[in-house]
Amino acid sequence: MTINNEQNQPKNILKVKDLSFYYGDFQALKDVSLDIEANKVTALIGPSGCGKSTLLRCFNRMNDLFPNAKVQGQIIFNDIDIYSQSIDPVLIRSKVGMVFQKPNPFPKSIYDNVAFGLRINGFAGNYDEEIERALVQSALWDEVKDRLKDNAFSLSGGQQQRLCIARALAIRPDVILLDEPTSALDPIATVKIEDLINVLKKDYTIIIVTHNMQQAARVSDKTAFLLSGEDRCGVLVEYDYTQNIFSNPKMKQTEDYITGRFS
Amino acid sequence: MSTNLKLNQNNLSRRKFIGIIFLTFCLLGVLVAMMGLISLLIQVILQGYEWVTPNLIFNYPSRHPEQAGLWSALIGTLYMMGLTALITVPVGIGAAIYLEEYAPKNWITSFIEINTSNLAGVPSIVYGLLGLSIFVYFLKLERSILAGSLTMSLLILPVLILASREAIKAVPSAHREAAFALGGDKWQVVKMAVLPTALPGILTGIILALSRAIGEAAPMVAITALVYITFIPVTPMDRFTVMPIQIFNWVSRPQDDFRGLAAGGIIILLLLLLSMNSIAVILRNKFQKRSEE
Repeated sequence: MTINNEQNQPKNILKVKDLSFYYGDFQALKDVSLDIEANKVTALIGPSGCGKSTLLRCFNRMNDLFPNAKVQGQIIFNDIDIYSQSIDPVLIRSKVGMVFQKPNPFPKSIYDNVAFGLRINGFAGNYDEEIERALVQSALWDEVKDRLKDNAFSLSGGQQQRLCIARALAIRPDVILLDEPTSALDPIATVKIEDLINVLKKDYTIIIVTHNMQQAARVSDKTAFLLSGEDRCGVLVEYDYTQNIFSNPKMKQTEDYITGRFS
Repeated sequence: MSTNLKLNQNNLSRRKFIGIIFLTFCLLGVLVAMMGLISLLIQVILQGYEWVTPNLIFNYPSRHPEQAGLWSALIGTLYMMGLTALITVPVGIGAAIYLEEYAPKNWITSFIEINTSNLAGVPSIVYGLLGLSIFVYFLKLERSILAGSLTMSLLILPVLILASREAIKAVPSAHREAAFALGGDKWQVVKMAVLPTALPGILTGIILALSRAIGEAAPMVAITALVYITFIPVTPMDRFTVMPIQIFNWVSRPQDDFRGLAAGGIIILLLLLLSMNSIAVILRNKFQKRSEE
């Protein structure tokens, strides 16, 4: 008995179809297909260099910034192929937010950091309200409400990362991509981010890349395991509900990896 | 065991000795450099301090040393610097942004990069002659402030472009990524994420480039033809002179008094330079505090 047999058909907000990705001549991903469920947390796991970050960056077309990047296949986001000619990646990125491995606030005040995305997207409403909402959602408001004008670098690493999450939330995306968001943080700050992820999935769809398998097991609803072979080209080995991946993996490679028997 | 430890200690004292020799060498280097600067300053100040009077600043050049001043040269210098800044700053920063942020990385851009550095090292008289033939004769700008400013702009553009490129290059790519990930287009990323962080470095580059231009005599010899100017330039098409030229003119006179005047002129020029550099430091610290904390 698995969660798979839920009666309600889950809504797939993102559908990846036969996605291949190339950096110049080097193929980094091969024929990846998976559906991302809305309002769930999907974890991408796998050893270094397996292409999980590359896959993550395909969802908001951040890979376009690399010269010679090439994509084959499709990613359907709410019935739109985000790689079709007519789609401007700038629009995709305002709907699919991203938080990076190392906290990267701008050298500006806490307020201006959260306002950054609003200003870029020409938001004309009440900035104070939106910024408070984003900071409350990212569980940072109580810590910073009295010093919004302070420089973002005066915050601790964990606070900076939650500020980056607030910055991404401010423009009200549908999806949030987290690229190893806690790998530069201490365990206490990590727990705070993980708690936050659990709360945020009510309103957002979350895709998280992580090296930490316990973290994937703790926070995610579904897990995708990627692996690269001799040619260093990443393929999707297994994709299932997290519970199944960690307790009853179908593929031997998955089992080897999650039990640590993998070199 | 004990022999090993002893060996290591011998080795340690030898390493410390070498370290002290190196330190002495470095200190000597600093001393020699400082001696040159200090003796220059002392000589100029001793020779020129009694000539630094309101006359020197507010009078026009004259055949009589006690009445001579560098008012026209001072105004000429400030006028030319202002015009040079107006021309150089937008062009230089624009070029730097294009080369760092927009230009594809290929052999053409690396060719341009190498040659920008080479241009920064070309002797200034070459720029003077270039300006003379292009701006003064070919474009018929005559020996005007405009021709002088354009020539100076050519001279300091490579310096400014190099400094601005370095400042832009030093902006962490994480800032760019963050701005792109928030839905910024290229220009928004440059304007809102890159330029504010690069600004202190760019400002320093601007002031250093202008400081270089303010002291240059060679290209101005070619452009102004060492003319004797007893009026304040009004339009950019007026003839002009600048402080290094006036100082050069005084130094070459036979009378001793004029050499005193020249030393006085150098003091004023140094004060101008020093205040420009202090402004650069103050501005940089102010913006850095805002952006780095």
